[in-house]
Amino acid sequence: MLNMKNVSKVYRTDTVETHALREFSLTVEEGEFVSVTGPSGSGKTTFLNIAGLLEDLSGGTYELDGRDISKLNDKERSRVRNEKIGFIFQSFNLIPELDVFDNVDVPLRYRDFRADERKRRIEEAIELVGLGSRMHHLPAQLSGGQQQRVAIARALAGEPRFLLADEPTGNLDTTMADSVLDLLAEINKAGTTIIMVTHELALADRARRNIFVRDGQVSDNAPELHFASMAAG
Amino acid sequence: MFRYYLKLGTLSIRANPALSFLMVAAIAIGIGACMTIMTVKHVMSGNPIEHKNDQLYHVQVDSWNPDDPYEDPDLPPEQLTYLDAKALFDASRAFRQTTSYKISRVVQPEDDDARPFQTDGRATTADFFPMFDVPFLYGSGWDNAADATEERVVVLSRDLNEKVFGGENSVGRILTINGESFRVSGVLDDWTPVPKFFDLNNNPYEEPESLYLPFSLAVAGRFDRGGNTSCWKPLEGDGFEAFLASECIWVQMWVELQGESAKADYMQFLDAYVEEQKLLGRFPRPLNNRLYNPAEWMEYQEVVDDDVDVLLGLAVLFLVVCLLNTIGLLLAKSMRRAKDTSLRRALGASKLELFKQHIFEAGIIGVAGGLLGIAMTWLGLRGIENLYVEYDFIQHLVRMDWSMISLAVVLAVASALGAALYPTWRTCNITPATHLRLQ
Repeated sequence: MLNMKNVSKVYRTDTVETHALREFSLTVEEGEFVSVTGPSGSGKTTFLNIAGLLEDLSGGTYELDGRDISKLNDKERSRVRNEKIGFIFQSFNLIPELDVFDNVDVPLRYRDFRADERKRRIEEAIELVGLGSRMHHLPAQLSGGQQQRVAIARALAGEPRFLLADEPTGNLDTTMADSVLDLLAEINKAGTTIIMVTHELALADRARRNIFVRDGQVSDNAPELHFASMAAG
Repeated sequence: MFRYYLKLGTLSIRANPALSFLMVAAIAIGIGACMTIMTVKHVMSGNPIEHKNDQLYHVQVDSWNPDDPYEDPDLPPEQLTYLDAKALFDASRAFRQTTSYKISRVVQPEDDDARPFQTDGRATTADFFPMFDVPFLYGSGWDNAADATEERVVVLSRDLNEKVFGGENSVGRILTINGESFRVSGVLDDWTPVPKFFDLNNNPYEEPESLYLPFSLAVAGRFDRGGNTSCWKPLEGDGFEAFLASECIWVQMWVELQGESAKADYMQFLDAYVEEQKLLGRFPRPLNNRLYNPAEWMEYQEVVDDDVDVLLGLAVLFLVVCLLNTIGLLLAKSMRRAKDTSLRRALGASKLELFKQHIFEAGIIGVAGGLLGIAMTWLGLRGIENLYVEYDFIQHLVRMDWSMISLAVVLAVASALGAALYPTWRTCNITPATHLRLQ
């Protein structure tokens, strides 16, 4: 499904050259729940941005569903983001002036859905995250956990093939974080591939596989985790 | 997506009220300044008889001084001598023709207690009214027979009829003008062609005259001329007859010609007339006859002063400055909304879709700026009116019509869209990842 080979990412200024990723290779199969851990500045988020087509890579190849991403133009990349990828951010990134319904509607607006189809998908997604009674609340009227659920609903409404979550519980207390992770686990069980970046090993333990990133590369020297799949198995 | 963009634009404006107001205000002030001058110029350069522009022609023949043209470079006089006006009129070679000059008369109201008053008038011919589509409230003009027989008939303006007859249908009633009785044949409806194209020798923005009576009668009665008279050589003899026979120019002539061939024929007729006069010792200058339609005639007479163009240029520069301010404000707004834009990019919006969204929002700002700009223009025009309050004609120059109101909105929207191009381009090209991760 997702296949990166020798991907590199270099940020350049007039005086400094920073290698965020070097020779980064990773394959993620359909239906996996992969956590990506690593120390600050190791390149986790850069990996996620490249995986989500939010940034260009400097070198190497990246194939998503067998398509070479580097050969896509802006419109095609936008379409891939819209149809195949769902994003969940640490800071929720809801649009403050839009209510829950309209926030979930945002990605659907860029697809050729009819109004009734959009409405059905939005309502189903909001119900799924347990916020059916708050459909017309503004983000400011919701708790942090509820806002993250809205963000998850927004990511799910387009029925993406995989979710990219960047520290999805970073701004939540333990109880809320657990409920969000439970929700992600359920979504994964339903067949959606999830890649979750986190720096908390306890959270990474909820995934089925962990990738440890150090100095912009996948490291074999990962901390020992008890993966959900192992626990389940 | 139209309704969606409209909703997003409205929400964005409400979310940034101060910034949005500044943008609307900047556009409105620029539009107001620009449209104020453009409105004045539009009225000054309008053609109130545009629908007959290809039929009406002002007649010029060069009867002037052989040693010195009437005006450089070699321009013929703007008016005709009485001799030429009468000869050309009597030849009756056009579909319609009219000669006229401005007069000044004293009107005695019917009420003996009312005081007589002086008013402007126009000595003209029967065709004046149908040629210039003059609207009548009551009655009509006079016929050619009245011209031929110097009949004492008069046509009144609506205001004069109001003043003298209380606005009643006064057709057939008698009006005393300079002690003589005239029968009212018609009363004009409101009629204020701006500019007063049929007589640009005087102030082209003044009101049309209050009364109209036959040219032949005015000449026979030696009515005082209220317009310009120019002579290039002394009269040969004394008295009014000598003046009529002189080379002094004081009569304006217009003809109505149907089609280009009729115009060519009439020009040929004018040339033949002048050649004939040359044999009689007149018209010492080379052949230089002209037929100008109303639009050409107004341009020839430079109805729109060069100062207006200078002012318009300054107003446009001011608009540009306002738009530069708007560009700055839009850039500030786009920076403030970088996260929102990045999020939409991440969720699947292409650059083109974001461009459309932001341009649409700029369009809403433009419409708001245009509407406020109309109010600013109104204020600007009132300012001009108050500045020149002592001139009656100013009220005709400071009127906004629907075309100018529409232009204000179109110009504002175009300005806003133009100003939004660069900020929107920058917005669409931001790297989404930079703004989405806020740890």
